[in-house]
Amino acid sequence: MTDMRSRSQAKASPACAANGLGAGIGDQGAGQLSAGQLGAGDLAGNLQVQHEQGQRQVFCGLAGIVWLHRKIQDAFFLVVGSRTCAHLLQSAAGVMIFAEPRFATAVLGDRDLAGLADCNEELDRVVTELLARRPDIGTLFLVASCPSEVIKLDLENAAERLARAQQGRVRVLAYSGSGLDTTFTQGEDTCLSALVPVLPEAAAGSDALLVLGTLPDVVEDQFRRLFEALGIPSLHFLPPRRGSELPPVGPGTRLLAAQPFVGDTAAALIDRGATLIAAPYPFGIEGTRAWIGVAAEAFGISAERVEAVTAPAAKRAAVGLERYRAQLAGKRISFLPDSQLEIPLARFLQRECGMELVEVGVPYLDRRMMGAELDWLPAALRLTEGQDLERQLDRLRADRPDLTVCGLGLANPLEAEGLTTKWSIELVFSPVHGFDQAADLAELFVRPLNRRERLAF
Amino acid sequence: MGAIRIAASMQGVHCVLHAPQGDSYADLLFTMIARSAKRPPVTYTSFQARDLGADTAELVRKTLRETVERFQPRALLVGEACTGELLQDQPAALAQGMGFDCPVVPLELPAFTRKEHWGASETFHQLVRTLLRGQQPRTLDPVAEGRRPRANLLGATALGFRCRDDIAEVTKLLDSAGVDVNLSAPAGASPEDLLRIPEADFNVCLYPEIAQSTCVWLERMFKQPWVKTVPIGVGATRDFLIEVGEVAGIDTSAAIAAGRTRLPWFSRSVDSTYLTGKRVFIFGDASHVIAAARIATEELGFEVVGLGSYSREFARELRAAAERHGVEALISDDYLEVEAAVLELAPELVLGTQMERHIAKRAGIPCAVISSPVHVQDFPARYAPQMGFEGANVIFDTWVHPLMMGLEEHLITMFREDEEFNDEAVASHLGSGKLTAASADTAPGPATTAEPTTSADGMGADAAPAWEPEAERELKKIPFFVRGKARRNTERYAAERGVARITVETLYDAKAYFGR
Ligand code: SF4
Ligand code: SF4
Repeated sequence: MTDMRSRSQAKASPACAANGLGAGIGDQGAGQLSAGQLGAGDLAGNLQVQHEQGQRQVFCGLAGIVWLHRKIQDAFFLVVGSRTCAHLLQSAAGVMIFAEPRFATAVLGDRDLAGLADCNEELDRVVTELLARRPDIGTLFLVASCPSEVIKLDLENAAERLARAQQGRVRVLAYSGSGLDTTFTQGEDTCLSALVPVLPEAAAGSDALLVLGTLPDVVEDQFRRLFEALGIPSLHFLPPRRGSELPPVGPGTRLLAAQPFVGDTAAALIDRGATLIAAPYPFGIEGTRAWIGVAAEAFGISAERVEAVTAPAAKRAAVGLERYRAQLAGKRISFLPDSQLEIPLARFLQRECGMELVEVGVPYLDRRMMGAELDWLPAALRLTEGQDLERQLDRLRADRPDLTVCGLGLANPLEAEGLTTKWSIELVFSPVHGFDQAADLAELFVRPLNRRERLAF
Repeated sequence: MGAIRIAASMQGVHCVLHAPQGDSYADLLFTMIARSAKRPPVTYTSFQARDLGADTAELVRKTLRETVERFQPRALLVGEACTGELLQDQPAALAQGMGFDCPVVPLELPAFTRKEHWGASETFHQLVRTLLRGQQPRTLDPVAEGRRPRANLLGATALGFRCRDDIAEVTKLLDSAGVDVNLSAPAGASPEDLLRIPEADFNVCLYPEIAQSTCVWLERMFKQPWVKTVPIGVGATRDFLIEVGEVAGIDTSAAIAAGRTRLPWFSRSVDSTYLTGKRVFIFGDASHVIAAARIATEELGFEVVGLGSYSREFARELRAAAERHGVEALISDDYLEVEAAVLELAPELVLGTQMERHIAKRAGIPCAVISSPVHVQDFPARYAPQMGFEGANVIFDTWVHPLMMGLEEHLITMFREDEEFNDEAVASHLGSGKLTAASADTAPGPATTAEPTTSADGMGADAAPAWEPEAERELKKIPFFVRGKARRNTERYAAERGVARITVETLYDAKAYFGR
């Protein structure tokens, strides 16, 4: 699904799975179930996954702009959408940022809807003005939304046209953040997918590790130090900190995903010759050690060397984690579908913090990216894919877990019903990967429990 | 969004929106910003790409059926968000054909062209029309019936600015004038309550952005007169009571005389002399802006240097108000345009919405919030109305607080060389941070705070004349809170006269020219 046009044509063809999933699990649930009925499908092992369809309470992919624009510092994100999209971006940013940030919305008006020709003209005008005003922009992303897709505005075409007009001064790319195609963090996947075709070709015979998925700079630097100490020959990150520093890709590229929601990007990179290293995600000590270990193995680095390099950080992390483990052990937790981080986080909380998993919901299950994680989950787990909000809340009220991980729209109402909650968005925005953040990650779950305990009423 | 505000304000009303999954973010405005303990009563069809090829109308029907079953609403609002509208499934017509027991109110909002307030106003109007269908105007006569006159308070909504406390304050105010409140809507009302609207002798249009069209309709259909004055500020509150007296046929002079507010005295007290002629810029919804401009000039002695609003529907009223204050109204929903106006005018105080608060913060100008859109801190735990006599007290405090206190301003001028009063010190009542920390934005991080604010202020760096070192030193002696203005004025003065190098003389020439 790297091709935008095939994306917009997907609307005409019901057979195309909305979430960009490959064959397999995603398709089983879609379409056949009337809402509320749980369809069960067998996963590897005897882990069962139940599919649901209905009302959703989750951001669309536009939300990804909030962290992507901070990460890629010379990129600008122009959403072509409605007032709703503009409003969402402001609210998703947590605060209303009215200083001119590096994202904006070109709001489609009545006239644009009437004629695509006018619409393209208007877009060209907006972009030309923007680029004239902001010479600091190196890469411009045109971001498709639900309305732009429904009226079949071809942004990929527009991007090519605008790039030509800029004569190479600015790179212009298009991707979809629409709620029709993307759920929350999936907007990063579509964005990075759009970058894949413009990545430079790696020199033949050059082995390199490419870490995939946005990480906070501080975490990226920690990983960089660890991989360098291991002697990985060449190391890159996608997305890069600047759009002008794109990592090369080729047959020598080994892909290591740092985030579970970049499946389409991984697939596109594999098409360009890269090989994907199957690994769990670097959450907690165990996850981070395995993540680094599998990558090292792919480069023929010995287990002893990995142990020697990671031991100090892992030891430090164990000390930090111990304090929180005591407070989490035995507590029951449920995840509502939101960020795609649910599975690796649940695994960390269960295996390293001793929590009991009640229900783990994911917006969609991308088996290409979750293999190693699923192996680590308990077989009896209630794992649900998709969402039918009201029924999920009914189950939650019946379960009454000690802690519920959910989106911001649900947190206060659930607290008012006496449930303790953790906002999932904080897990996306905070540095939580790696050894040195393992304790911080656990602390994010301890805090709401702790607060509940302190307050007299 | 407007429709959700109405549904969320009321009881027993549910809204079904044909909208994609991402639109459900609207819930968090209620649950996070207003700390609402309940989810707003909205169900989204959450259609996805795969649904578009199939039967989206069936998805609408299914959602409607399940929603009615689960929530059993006593009135159902049915509409579509921008994207839903493009699909042309006409969910409202579908719902009307499904034979539900409760009244179905179709929301026919041309979504792409209109804005939130308009959507809320239309929704409320449609809801009232649908529910009152078939009712006849009453013949009401409080005197003959031996009761006090009764009024409906119309226009308060969820996510509105201080609505909760305004309703309480206006209820008190009317009580003091001998008027009972029949009901308040949409906030707090149920569909059954709306059926009782015709039982009131008159309506009070508290928030014209939401309730004016409904008030006009009720006047036409039910012969209910309505009170048009919005009681924000001491003068407007008195005018409000006078108008209530006229409309209800009662004498409200005793209530006016008994009104207790500290604003007039605080404003006359000597410490407030420093407020004289403070240059203020006002932006927000139309009614709050018009009210604020009157308070600023008549009750606090400020000078209005600019006012504007995003409420295009009230452009005429705004222009009239602007004319009264000798400025031109800025009617725009482009925050960049508002920001440019603020930088250009360099006011000493900005009264605005959350957006202007950000703009003012970046420009280092004190600011108070007077209108929605709002932020979580605009839902205070304490009682803080804007309307009525207590509202005037609240306004005095919140507008004056961000400014330097009177005596303090003089002390700083006298002791400006002292450590405690050096340039970096903030007004003592604003906490102990450095000025730089106070103006650093909480929000956006390096990308935005690093941007120079002067770039947009209309006089680019290339046009700026150079400062002689001596003039620069002299400039430093001017208190920091007026220094920026002095610098700008001097540069403008020099540029207009073609002076290439600014000397101490130019500085004082400019000062004499512009005055304080
Ligand atoms: S779901 Fe679609 S219409 Fe709604 S904000 Fe996201 S892209 Fe815009
Ligand atoms: S028109 Fe405004 S209120 Fe209506 S759906 Fe679009 S953005 Fe929301």
